[in-house]
Amino acid sequence: MVRFILNKLLYLIPTFLGITIIAFSFVRILPGDPVLLMAGERGVSPERHAELTAQLGYDKPVVMQYFDFLGRLLQGDFGTSLVTKKPVLDEFMALFPATVELGLCAIILATVIGVPVGILAAIKRGSWFDQISMTTALVGFSMPIFWWGLLLIIFFSGMLGWTPVSGRISLLYYFPTPTGFMLIDSLLSGQPGAFKSAVSHLILPSIVLATIPLAVIARQTRSAMLEVMGEDYVRTARAKGMPQRRVIGVHALRNAMIPVVTTIGLQIGVLMAGAILTETIFSWPGIGKWMIDSISRRDYPVVQSGLLLIAGMVMLVNLLVDLTYGLINPRIRAS
Amino acid sequence: MSDTTVKLSDAAIRRRMLAEFWFYFSQNRGAVLGLVVFILLVLVAVFASVLAPHDPTVQYRDALLVPPVWQEGGRAEFLLGTDAVGRDMLSRLIYGAQYSLFIGIVVVSIALFGGIIIGLLAGFYGSWVDTVIMRVMDVILAFPSLLLALVLVAILGPGLTNAMIAIAIVYQPHFARLTRAAVMAEQKREYVTAARVAGAGNLRLMFKTILPNCLAPLIVQATLSFSSAVLDSAALGFLGMGAQPPAPEWGTMLAEAREFILRAWWVVTFPGLAILISVLAINLMGDGLRDALDPKLKRS
Amino acid sequence: MKLFLVCASALALSAGLAQAKTFVYCSEASPEGFDPAPYTAGTTFDASAHPIYNRLTEFKKGTTEVEPGLAESWEVSEDGTEYTFHLRQGVKWHSNEKFTPTRDFNADDVLFSFDRQGNAENPWHQYNPGITYEYYTAMSMPELVKSVEKIDDYTVKITLNSPEAPFLANIAMPFASIVSKEYADALEAAGTREDLNNMPIGTGPFKFVAYQKDAVIRYAKNPDYWGTAPIIDDLVFAITPDAAVRLQKLKAGECHLMPYPAPADIEAIRADTNLKLDEQAGLNVGYLAYNTTLAPFDNPQVRKALNMAINKQAIVDAVFQGAAEPAKNPIPPTMWSYNDAIQDDPYDPEAAKAMLDEAGVSDLTMQIWAMPVQRPYMPNARRTAELMQEDLSKVGVKAEIVSYEWGEYLAKSMEAGRTGAVILGWTGDNGDPDNFLSVLLSCDSAGEGGANRAFWCNEEFSSLLKDAKVTADQAERTALYEQAQVVFKDQAPWYTIAHSTQYVPMSAKVSGFVMSPLGDFTFETVDIAE
Repeated sequence: MVRFILNKLLYLIPTFLGITIIAFSFVRILPGDPVLLMAGERGVSPERHAELTAQLGYDKPVVMQYFDFLGRLLQGDFGTSLVTKKPVLDEFMALFPATVELGLCAIILATVIGVPVGILAAIKRGSWFDQISMTTALVGFSMPIFWWGLLLIIFFSGMLGWTPVSGRISLLYYFPTPTGFMLIDSLLSGQPGAFKSAVSHLILPSIVLATIPLAVIARQTRSAMLEVMGEDYVRTARAKGMPQRRVIGVHALRNAMIPVVTTIGLQIGVLMAGAILTETIFSWPGIGKWMIDSISRRDYPVVQSGLLLIAGMVMLVNLLVDLTYGLINPRIRAS
Repeated sequence: MSDTTVKLSDAAIRRRMLAEFWFYFSQNRGAVLGLVVFILLVLVAVFASVLAPHDPTVQYRDALLVPPVWQEGGRAEFLLGTDAVGRDMLSRLIYGAQYSLFIGIVVVSIALFGGIIIGLLAGFYGSWVDTVIMRVMDVILAFPSLLLALVLVAILGPGLTNAMIAIAIVYQPHFARLTRAAVMAEQKREYVTAARVAGAGNLRLMFKTILPNCLAPLIVQATLSFSSAVLDSAALGFLGMGAQPPAPEWGTMLAEAREFILRAWWVVTFPGLAILISVLAINLMGDGLRDALDPKLKRS
Repeated sequence: MKLFLVCASALALSAGLAQAKTFVYCSEASPEGFDPAPYTAGTTFDASAHPIYNRLTEFKKGTTEVEPGLAESWEVSEDGTEYTFHLRQGVKWHSNEKFTPTRDFNADDVLFSFDRQGNAENPWHQYNPGITYEYYTAMSMPELVKSVEKIDDYTVKITLNSPEAPFLANIAMPFASIVSKEYADALEAAGTREDLNNMPIGTGPFKFVAYQKDAVIRYAKNPDYWGTAPIIDDLVFAITPDAAVRLQKLKAGECHLMPYPAPADIEAIRADTNLKLDEQAGLNVGYLAYNTTLAPFDNPQVRKALNMAINKQAIVDAVFQGAAEPAKNPIPPTMWSYNDAIQDDPYDPEAAKAMLDEAGVSDLTMQIWAMPVQRPYMPNARRTAELMQEDLSKVGVKAEIVSYEWGEYLAKSMEAGRTGAVILGWTGDNGDPDNFLSVLLSCDSAGEGGANRAFWCNEEFSSLLKDAKVTADQAERTALYEQAQVVFKDQAPWYTIAHSTQYVPMSAKVSGFVMSPLGDFTFETVDIAE
């Protein structure tokens, strides 16, 4: 097992180097000059321009800049934002919990609903439940979530006034946020109503972000179940007169879960893409919105290190999925 | 299919395969419905200039934000109302179909073409070629697709063409991986060895012998990518990085309409609905295709 | 069940509301930081300079007039180069959990605040890597300031290299906010210098409490404020970038006041009895600058003819949705010395055509540059350019619209020999006419590194500006600027488009908000009715 993990990790190193090259070079070929953007309509004298460019370190040869970047990365230095002049890593860490909280809620929502629906649909294949749930899943899978979010806001916040429009918690609550996860911090604060407020702020964004993963998970669970139920050993179990409930619970479910776990893991990338849109719509202070803002402001260090951190995270999660997969299914480990 | 024992001409085999395909496809009611909607969509796009009651970019200055005809204040000449600068919503939606189909076709073509070439190379040559190519694909796949597309569009400059290129680049690894996997599986089959022994060149082996036998998963992936392309380009448009106004692209229309979300529901609702319906139709078709082409599911 | 939860939490909220007066402002962007000196965005100043800090001089609320701030009074020498400031005594610095001030505000703080920006040797000049003092540089302070001296604890003398009439207004700007030397020393000792930017200590009406990035900023009333202490107890900035969402929050009572509503929503806001709307002409101008060095645009008659061919009202209606005033002068009407006697060139395509013929110009083709971004002075440059294009075609001028990425646009539009007329604009920094006219239209700024995108160098105009700059008497300066505007109108280097109106929607419960012509949002005078 240790060797399996080490192998996987070694395999990641070149990929990670590739990611640094892409993140670095993409940012370097972005058109636009951060110094000019900083100066705005006022303009900047050629001397001052040169001075600022040098100060930002953009006057050195590109290859040198890359090795500088890599060298600093190894020391844990992800650069400093041109806009806020603060370390990129600090900013990332400040915003990351918000995205994780949203993402986790979404994936939990998607799993808790998606898996049972998929199982039921598979068991009752062809029934009205199967048809309705799978049609709904396909609609969810086809949903432009930025539009879906707007509709939910119009309906639940605008017309019914049930949910707050944006933000993470009512502003009337103020307490320290040691973990950065509003649900946990609001509980820790002990203030009455704080937790409920945090929950009510999470509902709409979570639904929006969960929409596509939910659809994918439900569909995947259903087809995995169908496949397993067609396998010989399940048929045998059935033929031997084992009760349906037990066949499904013991044999089908466990084996069907292997691809489902993978699917859930692979939704992380989808979630990140969805987070960009969801955070934009709900003014959610997370890294998706931060990346968009930074791209439009040409905040080179943020875009560069942000890409890196996000890709690294996706890679890490994929690794974890791989490992879990290896744990549940020893056959994979051997090969 | 490969174990057909009766000797048949190539054309006859093809006809039989098609018939078989259609048999399975037409059994899936959803898929047929999707196909019908999709054909309608194509017709709307092709005959946009005939169907649209107005020019999609003409601004009727006396008709700003007119609601749909059935609502109070609606006007008969603007069936689905007008937008903030007095352009007819229906006409813009009709012309928008052209954009979506065009985007889907272009993106899928580029991604498919690029992915097949890369995948064939990797699968066919193996060893270090394979390692390098697949590592690069891994790197691309490590980035969330929309984020990578956003950065690419920022590099290339916002606009429809660049958005399409960016999305195609991001999708291409999926095709490359599929092709590679299929090639590697097929390569060990006897018919390939037979062709090789018979003296077929590498190119012939790659394109004429192996590729046609890997098409099924690629077709399914292409359909899925088609719908994702429509979604993602709309998302880019929504973020202001896709087609630029006044182009009646649905995502861009949504972005422009966002400020009217509380005032004029129709400018927000219809473009999104149009996206949803077309993506749904394509996905329904994709499901049908997969079921019809995937022998594993056919069995059960 | 969810509904129940939400209702329950709403009840809990309203119960907790009664004790302290909390004012929530839905701001439109995150502040770049809390040290006002290194940044340039208005949003940053609304979150830092205005609530937390004070300056030697201040802008009187709701005006661009300068009034005493941390300096109670001052004298200016005969030649206009020596300013002696008498500082206010007994001004208390804020405290936070890590810092408790041991002394009041004094001359050392003033010296520190200026020296760290102007003196590259000062250890605080680069207290964060990559920090620069853009406003200090932009307002020509490095060339202007000869020395800042401490006469005694409560007297400071600033000596300039040359007389500069707008100087008192310059040092009322956010970049000149006074920071605490004692706090800086304490941070230095603790090795946490970046906290000057993260946990600010000031003398202003509100104390900084906490900032959650991209989400919320919290302030508390400063009970020891030297001026009139704020009425509200807590001030909260809820960062909400989307205009539609801001309005939604305002309507839902989640905030009390918001900036920058979408022009499309203005009517709905007016109609809503729970809301009220303040409006004021903004301190800005949007313009189309010809390249006055290139034929045929070097001929004032041609420029005037083109100006007469474009329908200004149509632009105001279609692009600004009526939320703007058609511009006839390069400075906005809220600014002192605005010359209202000037007549705008009428919209008259016939006469324009005749004038072009007279000037011997036919089959003219030109470029119109449309900026790719939305700015306060120009909501949609592309649409403006399209309207201009159509109007110009009616007088036989073929216009082609071009655009570039924003940074490139700014750079390319300043390249000598540029073909085409450029849409751009300006928002005032300090309310002084010099800040518009010199920056945008003088000979000095027509070269590289300047912002005169018409490349217009008119001797008469520039010498009027120079005279006005070294004159201390405001009446005399007014006369000079009024004359300069006459020259401008006659020579027509720009097509002046509009001065966009600033709207501030707020809950009907809010009272005491004063709009600033400079576009600042300040809350020390606001109150909320229960």
